[in-house]
Amino acid sequence: DWKSNLLTSTQFFNSGHTNNWAVLVCTSRFWFNYRHVANVLSVYRSVKRLGIPDSHIVLMLADDMACNHRNPKPATVFSHKNMELNVYGDDVEVDYRGYEVTVENFLRVLTGRLPPSTPRSKRLLSDDRSNILIYLTGHGGNGFLKFQDSEEISNVELADAFEQMWQKRRYNELLFIIDTCQGASMYERFYSPNIMALASSQVGEDSLSHQPDLAIGVHLMDRYTFYLLEFLEDIHPASQANMNDLFKVCPKSQCVSTPGHRTDLFLRDPRSVLITDFFGSVRKVEITREAVNLTSAAEQPSEPLSYVDQLPVAEIIHQKPKQKDWHPPDGFILGLWTLILLVFFKTYGIKHLKHIF
Amino acid sequence: MIFLKSSISTRWFWAPSAAPSSAAVSLPDSCEEELLIRPLHSGDIYASFQFRTLWDTDFLHQGKKVSHYRLFPKSLGQVLSKFSVRELHISFTQGYWRTMQWGQPIVPSPPGAELWVWFHNTVADVDGNWKELTNVLSGIFCASLNFIDSTNTVQPSASFKPLGLGNATDHRFLRYATLPREIVCTENLTPWKKLLPCGSKAGLAVLMKSEKLFHSSFHSQAVHIRPVCKDWQCSSTAWELRQTLNVVFDLYTSGQGKKEWSLFKMFSRTLTEACPLASSSKVYVDVTDNPEGELFDLSPATSVLNTAVVLGDRRTYSVYDLTQKETFGQLRSLNLVLRWKGESDMLRPLLHAERYVAGFGLQTGEIHTLIYNNHPYRAFPVLLLDSVPWYLRLYIHTLTVTSKTRENKPSYIHYQPSKDRLRPHLLEMLVQLPPHSVTEVTVQFERALLKWTEYTPDPNHGFYVGSSVISALVPSVVAMDTNNTQERPLFSSFFPTKEESSYFVRVYTEPLLVNLPTPDFSMPYNVICLTCTVVAVGYGSFYNLLTRTFQVEEPSQPLAKRLANVIRRIRGVPLL
Repeated sequence: DWKSNLLTSTQFFNSGHTNNWAVLVCTSRFWFNYRHVANVLSVYRSVKRLGIPDSHIVLMLADDMACNHRNPKPATVFSHKNMELNVYGDDVEVDYRGYEVTVENFLRVLTGRLPPSTPRSKRLLSDDRSNILIYLTGHGGNGFLKFQDSEEISNVELADAFEQMWQKRRYNELLFIIDTCQGASMYERFYSPNIMALASSQVGEDSLSHQPDLAIGVHLMDRYTFYLLEFLEDIHPASQANMNDLFKVCPKSQCVSTPGHRTDLFLRDPRSVLITDFFGSVRKVEITREAVNLTSAAEQPSEPLSYVDQLPVAEIIHQKPKQKDWHPPDGFILGLWTLILLVFFKTYGIKHLKHIF
Repeated sequence: MIFLKSSISTRWFWAPSAAPSSAAVSLPDSCEEELLIRPLHSGDIYASFQFRTLWDTDFLHQGKKVSHYRLFPKSLGQVLSKFSVRELHISFTQGYWRTMQWGQPIVPSPPGAELWVWFHNTVADVDGNWKELTNVLSGIFCASLNFIDSTNTVQPSASFKPLGLGNATDHRFLRYATLPREIVCTENLTPWKKLLPCGSKAGLAVLMKSEKLFHSSFHSQAVHIRPVCKDWQCSSTAWELRQTLNVVFDLYTSGQGKKEWSLFKMFSRTLTEACPLASSSKVYVDVTDNPEGELFDLSPATSVLNTAVVLGDRRTYSVYDLTQKETFGQLRSLNLVLRWKGESDMLRPLLHAERYVAGFGLQTGEIHTLIYNNHPYRAFPVLLLDSVPWYLRLYIHTLTVTSKTRENKPSYIHYQPSKDRLRPHLLEMLVQLPPHSVTEVTVQFERALLKWTEYTPDPNHGFYVGSSVISALVPSVVAMDTNNTQERPLFSSFFPTKEESSYFVRVYTEPLLVNLPTPDFSMPYNVICLTCTVVAVGYGSFYNLLTRTFQVEEPSQPLAKRLANVIRRIRGVPLL
């Protein structure tokens, strides 16, 4: 009835955000880092399932595992052994792939300072009422994350990027999840408000991978994201699970490393923050009672035309090469030097010739 | 009534109460779909999908903007009008087409991504439009087309003439680029399928499941947009959008070694209905080699046969019309099954080419291109287009063209040298191929040393050189049909034919993988370690020798004597 509808709608708009975005990044290249791509794709799958559309997801994969020639099952990326769950799916849209996944592109996506010709699907078009989920995975260390085996991003740079986002009002609330070795070092330096961070391991600890698949030959997933995926599979768009449940994902007994989290910059109490505030999506719906009239297109005038010869041999042979650079006519330079020499010897006398010969 | 206003402007889709335009007016756009299945003599099977949308409109008209899109995808229509594009051809291919085993493809494409565009002659800044166009297309197709820049774009002067209608052929408005490294995967297939009028929900596109399509020897998807004749009088033009998908399934990886193919085995789906928006939806199976059924069995049997002249040969096809309900039979699904019974011989293709790198070491090398003319008595000219990146410095004075061990001088050469980090080499030659011969084109090159920031994150993989393109008018066995506007199957009308005695063919060679001299990227760390060790050991020892002094030291006394000395100190007596 209308009373219960009113109650859920006030709950709905409690968090103050009107749209959701997700930036999911895998930073590792090469076949043996299959698990990092599987990590990102499982988060992508959950986020899409819970309602965020592809136009609001920026997915960055540093290497192609699905159609890699070493993959015995092409166009698939599995997260569970015995190939139970194909997280690659049938309708994936990758925005940045291969060599495009660089630190520069990642920071440009976050801060919005992209060249004007960048298409919309590669931009993070968030505003001050957007909740953004940022998920990073790859190889990392104390204070840095490695991109593609050739460059790295430090925790200071990341914190500054988030501060730029805050100054430009590019987010309402931000959830940062990182699954790398010593992941907690990456969120140590954050100083902008409204950021909540989760990491798979503390400083000095390694994040471990879950299980290998003997048919594919590599480790399929990292432990933290594996249990995170299991947790998210139980969440549906109307779920009331809150952040405290997310902090309990993958305790030390399952993960071997100690997951950490940071909530001191976040204004609301984590108990009141729903998982779907970041993993699901709010769609803006406007109800209108007006009708729209349609008009039809008009006709266009015409001219006679024909197809072109695909290989006009005669035309090609007699084609004159276009000369772009102008060269002086032949012998010009020789004549110029002769003139100079003649003037010189006329002025100063012919006896100077003996100095040359 | 309640209407939902969404951010995409498809308002017309949600207004059932508005008065519909009169059904008697013929719609300006139409679409057709077809699937051609050709069994190859090695036991593999070749499936070629073609989806064509014809739309009678004018994108390039300056005054009136096109805003009402029905079958034609809006994303492509906006691209055409914004950048004044006259023709656009883009293809994504995984695998290499083996001409000797499989014959000629219906729609040729090189490995990787290839994009060539003809702009309208009203465009002032072609390079600016090209740069923006590649960025927009990279967003539409989820591919890294933004890596196309001046270092891999060329302006061919004689190849790649427009495939659509029109007279103007000024090559300043043509741009061609390839990315041989580009991979094709489901993320490229998804937006490609979204461009189809029926999407992947009805018609032939339901067969496109990525798990089967990418587990194949060859997979190529392409989009071709060009202006064509609207009707047989050819008084006006219409825009044609063709989406083609070619796939070759391997006998052993997909077929489990059994020479029996069916739609279910190939695609893990069967056909249940035609696309409701399509005016024609057909499946063609090539039965030319099987007139009496001695080569393979085709079921369900059909009596509808169609002949068409394709690639210079008259082929016979069994046709299944999906718009007729009888095609689907009792089970309401169509699963074509081909069971092989005997072996067959394949006609050798008349033209094919190979390319490889010769030489040793990381300093120099040689590119060899071999072009085979297998026609027994006819010679014909071919146009060879080579685009080599700037870091392979070609020595054009070493260019030799030999046929049958004799020198063969090309009748036209267009060479544009490269500029470091600015543009690649472009070499175009018109070579006459003698009958039944091999023509070899060789050119030597030197490898350049790149700056260390220009290396990719995996430089030891090597660097790719795009495929060479060989365009030729091959003499045909059968008279070609020059009436371009008749009702013909889509696969026979891809290249326009102007004369009866020859057909146009484009052959792509393999891309080359070349190793450049790669520095050791761990070198700075190693140098620091080595230098510090040398300094510490060498200089440190020398410094110690010069500045250290030696002093004699008494050995430490035993405990009893030390205690005795303590007592003596207290008493004030001299120590031991």
